[in-house]
Amino acid sequence: MSIDALNTAFERARGEGRKALLPFLMAGHPTRQAFEHNLAQAGEFADVIEVGVPFSDPLADGPVIQAAAATALKNGTTLPGTLDVLTRRKAGPPVVLMLSVNQVLARGLERFAQRAVKAGVSGAIIPDLPFEEQQEAREVFTRQGLVLVSMLAPTTRPERAEAILRRAQGFAYLISVAGVTGTREGFAPETIEYIRRSAALSPAPVCVGFGITRPQHIEQLREHADGFIVGTALIRGLEQGLSVADVLRPLREACNQQTTGVRS
Amino acid sequence: MTTAERTRGRFGIYGGQYVPETLVANLHELEQAYEAAKQDADFATELELTLREFVGRATPLYFAERLSADFGGRVFLKREDLTHTGAHKINNAVGQALLARKLGKTRIVAETGAGQHGVATAAACARLGLECVVYMGALDCERQRPNVERMKLLGATVVACEAGSRNLKIAINEAIRDWISRPEDTHYLIGSVVGPHPYPAMVRDFQSVIGREARAQFLQREGRLPDAVVACVGGGSNAMGIFAGFLDDEVELHGVEAGGKGETHAAPLNSGTPGVLHGAMQYLLQDDDGQILDTHSIAAGLDYPGVGPEHSFLKDSGRAQYHVVRDEEALQAFKLLARREGIIPALESSHALAFAKRLLAQRPGLSVIVNLSGRGDKDLPSLMERKLL
Repeated sequence: MSIDALNTAFERARGEGRKALLPFLMAGHPTRQAFEHNLAQAGEFADVIEVGVPFSDPLADGPVIQAAAATALKNGTTLPGTLDVLTRRKAGPPVVLMLSVNQVLARGLERFAQRAVKAGVSGAIIPDLPFEEQQEAREVFTRQGLVLVSMLAPTTRPERAEAILRRAQGFAYLISVAGVTGTREGFAPETIEYIRRSAALSPAPVCVGFGITRPQHIEQLREHADGFIVGTALIRGLEQGLSVADVLRPLREACNQQTTGVRS
Repeated sequence: MTTAERTRGRFGIYGGQYVPETLVANLHELEQAYEAAKQDADFATELELTLREFVGRATPLYFAERLSADFGGRVFLKREDLTHTGAHKINNAVGQALLARKLGKTRIVAETGAGQHGVATAAACARLGLECVVYMGALDCERQRPNVERMKLLGATVVACEAGSRNLKIAINEAIRDWISRPEDTHYLIGSVVGPHPYPAMVRDFQSVIGREARAQFLQREGRLPDAVVACVGGGSNAMGIFAGFLDDEVELHGVEAGGKGETHAAPLNSGTPGVLHGAMQYLLQDDDGQILDTHSIAAGLDYPGVGPEHSFLKDSGRAQYHVVRDEEALQAFKLLARREGIIPALESSHALAFAKRLLAQRPGLSVIVNLSGRGDKDLPSLMERKLL
């Protein structure tokens, strides 16, 4: 069961006294071969890997990830092709897919979930499928053994945040700031308070995404969260000719430092 | 949200709120504000006064005598081209701008295709002292240049969007991203009956003044209701606005989509399948993988791969019928109206005229209202450049 794979990954990280690192790779970027290679390399640094399936009209992505999606689409990257790559993978940390609701609906919820699970996928992040629209997908995914990752934003009202977090499985994805994905300077006190509050409410581990580009970001937030999602920094690094290891090693080290107060 | 509220955001299976979590609070806030405004007598009075004194309503229902003789029936034009800024878009722009001010927003973002919604929004914002940023596809900036200049003159910042198809779809993507980045002080003033709930219903309500007026004007003049109402459909706001006045009557409703050059087109109701774009379930032009397809239409305002959820519902229910008119046919209607009636229509509205001609050729003698949604001055430079005039 995929939920078990995710739970095991976070439990292991916690047991070893470190934070989880969740790098994001765009399927088919920068080329289809390079993606397959990067996926294997990311496995050495990651607790969970997020794989983006490129969409023609993304709403929540910043310019860097949007451009990567455009490149991947030009390379002929498709959802079935991406699942084939994941099926070929022999070992490595659990994978969650990130894609748009229309890509899921185009296949049909049931067929999408079946094929994803068959390819060894543990969960799906669907940013444009908010809580109120999730019921049917959640039922189908649960039946097929696929986790639908819950997302929270700083703009989420408290009573809604509670309802969303109560359902969280695998992990909860905390969007760190109002905005699209991309680079940020640092995090405001409100952001830290929002992460702390969410972590207290969530039965599942909480991971922070959007704007995590430097080890300092992780250091600033590490005692409040269970894991960190790194997308734009990794994609940009790859664009600049860096390797997955070059980008992830310092972030991995920041995740590994022992915290004074471990979140229970 | 209660079950009833969820149902209210849907037209059958269409509509909904498929947006990133960051925007959900904004949509709930907007929904509540709009529901409150609907009950607010002061808001109604202010909107009515604005429509009369700033927009120039009521617009005439014009009997096009020479065109009628040509087509073989009775053709009436609802003259939205005579509104301030030259298209029906202003009805919705002033309504939402007033609502945004009520919400305490200081900044407005909007998308525009033909530029008419951008101009209308810029005008509405200038009047209320709101900052205005308009996203427009780079291709559309080229083919609707006069409107870019008008927006700038009205104090708006125009952002040319270079990504992908460089048209309306991309402009909406960028406007939504902007809104996600600044949800607190910004209102997204959508120009059509698309997007997440409450936009499709709210924009229809602000545009329904077209249908209310047209129905009353026709009744008064002819002592009966028309046989058919015809309007062009991109996102579908002018069509929804005029259809709203006749939904409960025994009046045929005809929506006209852009057929482009035939192979490439922008006619999701005729050739698309249901899916989610820009926050709502609707008919879409998409491939098997759920990727949105590129479109083509000579009319920038119709050049969109999706269509409002309520139109999607009206198609399935059979209450409205949707047809396709190609670039060439629309261009002929554009020239014909200029010669026969002394009116230069927008290329978008010309699609509706062209269908009215086809309808009356098949069934002569019908009385038809065509929604003349906008004026065509904006199209002249581009048409002349391409030697199409």
